[in-house]
Amino acid sequence: MELRLDGISHRYGDVEVLSDIDLTIPEGRIVCIVGPSGCGKSTLLRFLGGLEVPERGAVLQQGPRPADCLNPLTYIFQDFALLPWRSVAGNIRLVLEDSRLPGAEMGRIVDDVLARTRLTDFRDALPKQLSGGMKQRVAIARAMAVNPAVMLMDEPLSALDSQTRELLMDDLVSLWTRAPFTAVYVTHNLAEAVRLGHRIVVLSRRPGAVREIVEIDTPLAERRMGDPALDAQQARLWQLMRDEAAAADAELADV
Amino acid sequence: MSDPDTDRRPAEAAAATGDASAPRPVPYRGGGYRPVHIRGIGIVTFIVLIALVEWGTRTGWISNLTLPRPSDVLATFGDLWTTGMLWTHMAPSLSRLVVGAAMGVSAGIAVGVAIGLFSVVRAGLVPLVAALFPIPKIALLPLFVIWFGIDEGSKYALIALGTFTPTVVSTYGAVDNVDRTLIRMGQSFGLSWVSIVRKIVLPGALPGILSGLRVSLAIGIILLVAAEMLGAQYGIGAYILEAGSLYDLERLFAGVVILSALGVLTSSGIGWVERRLLDWRV
Ligand SMILES: Nc1ncnc2c1ncn2[C@@H]1O[C@H](COP(=O)(O)OP(=O)(O)OP(=O)(O)O)[C@@H](O)[C@H]1O
Ligand SMILES: [Mg+2]
Repeated sequence: MELRLDGISHRYGDVEVLSDIDLTIPEGRIVCIVGPSGCGKSTLLRFLGGLEVPERGAVLQQGPRPADCLNPLTYIFQDFALLPWRSVAGNIRLVLEDSRLPGAEMGRIVDDVLARTRLTDFRDALPKQLSGGMKQRVAIARAMAVNPAVMLMDEPLSALDSQTRELLMDDLVSLWTRAPFTAVYVTHNLAEAVRLGHRIVVLSRRPGAVREIVEIDTPLAERRMGDPALDAQQARLWQLMRDEAAAADAELADV
Repeated sequence: MSDPDTDRRPAEAAAATGDASAPRPVPYRGGGYRPVHIRGIGIVTFIVLIALVEWGTRTGWISNLTLPRPSDVLATFGDLWTTGMLWTHMAPSLSRLVVGAAMGVSAGIAVGVAIGLFSVVRAGLVPLVAALFPIPKIALLPLFVIWFGIDEGSKYALIALGTFTPTVVSTYGAVDNVDRTLIRMGQSFGLSWVSIVRKIVLPGALPGILSGLRVSLAIGIILLVAAEMLGAQYGIGAYILEAGSLYDLERLFAGVVILSALGVLTSSGIGWVERRLLDWRV
């Protein structure tokens, strides 16, 4: 399934947050959205998943959804959003319970996503017993359980340390390589963007508008840390971002 | 360095001699501010206080008119037990408390959750609850007697109303405090409204509801006695009132001890439920 943003503009009170955004999220690709703080990335993601409605413009979905898809637009949150009173398996089961699947089928899905995220040994653990990286893996497993058409990720790795981030990026890459999924990935971290993005959208400072779209053709599985081509892309993105970020900073200082 | 003690503990020695260049352990200051379950200390507090009064009354430091001697109270209590009067007074009191508090608490939780979930209900009922809360419910007892009869009905109603308002207030506060990101997560996965309420809102509000229950039930016990003082043949309140009017301090205190025990019992019952149901808390 493909998502399309059509002339999205939005303001909160007097603050214009997004201005005239046109964007296509093609099927089976990961689109990274980068931009200075406060430029409306999270807001854009909320529009994409239908958690909020933009003032102007439309969010359109096109094409058939996967056959056994339970929740086409599925989020992965920065702060994990796991229910602390449910075990790992219980948290994943939560999103299946409303689907009227037979119990055995639910159990099979839970086992499958736990195995894919290497969490089988922790199925009965409570969130308080898990490290941050494991919690985010549970959240990823939960998202995969509903077999989404598009995954919407808002800085999913920001709360984690850099080693865990590397490992989880590897996880995401291998998950994508085995079964390509469509995703929108919001991040502050340009290294994450060039590692995971097929297409990187740079937003300008508030009001957020599309500043530039960068395509990276290297297949995900072949991207390595320290790859000179990727480093060059990252440096170019940083040049773009830097001016925006500096300008945004100066604006704040004026207030 | 001839002193072996100095060799073994350079840090302490440095502290003693004030040598600023020697290594010193960083002092620990991260303790406290976290309730830990410690057994026995509650009981020790009671025992020490009672022993103090016993000793005071025996030495004459506390006169007999000020406080009864704890051993006499215990003897009175023993009398109550052997004559079977203890149960005669306890049974009606307990049933009044259980029935009244069950009605008040369950209605209070239902209304509190409704206030937490629906803005219309909130707008309509919060002022009403705020108006009901400060009314001394005992003042309404004559009214309840007219409405519900002189018998059990008016007592149930008094306890129910008394536990209802604090339960409502603590419940909607607890619902308001449920983590919004969890609710958003539920919505983003397309969970039904019923599922979100049952699986996210209610469990998330449970800690706040249970701690509110401690206050509500204590208020319930206070009102129980008040209601029984105003018109009951049997019951702990009636027993205390009778003892008081005869200036029988031993019996008065035996009654008071029963009430305290009731309070401790409900509070530790809630503590037990908390440890069972809320072990997921960090
Ligand atoms: N519900 C809201 N009401 C009012 N203003 C809001 C609301 N949500 C966001 N904003 C404002 O809109 C702007 C964009 O917010 P948003 O969270 O989308 O930025 P962001 O790009 O995700 O920033 P960050 O990189 O810091 O996460 C900010 O200035 C923020 O203060
Ligand atoms: Mg954000």
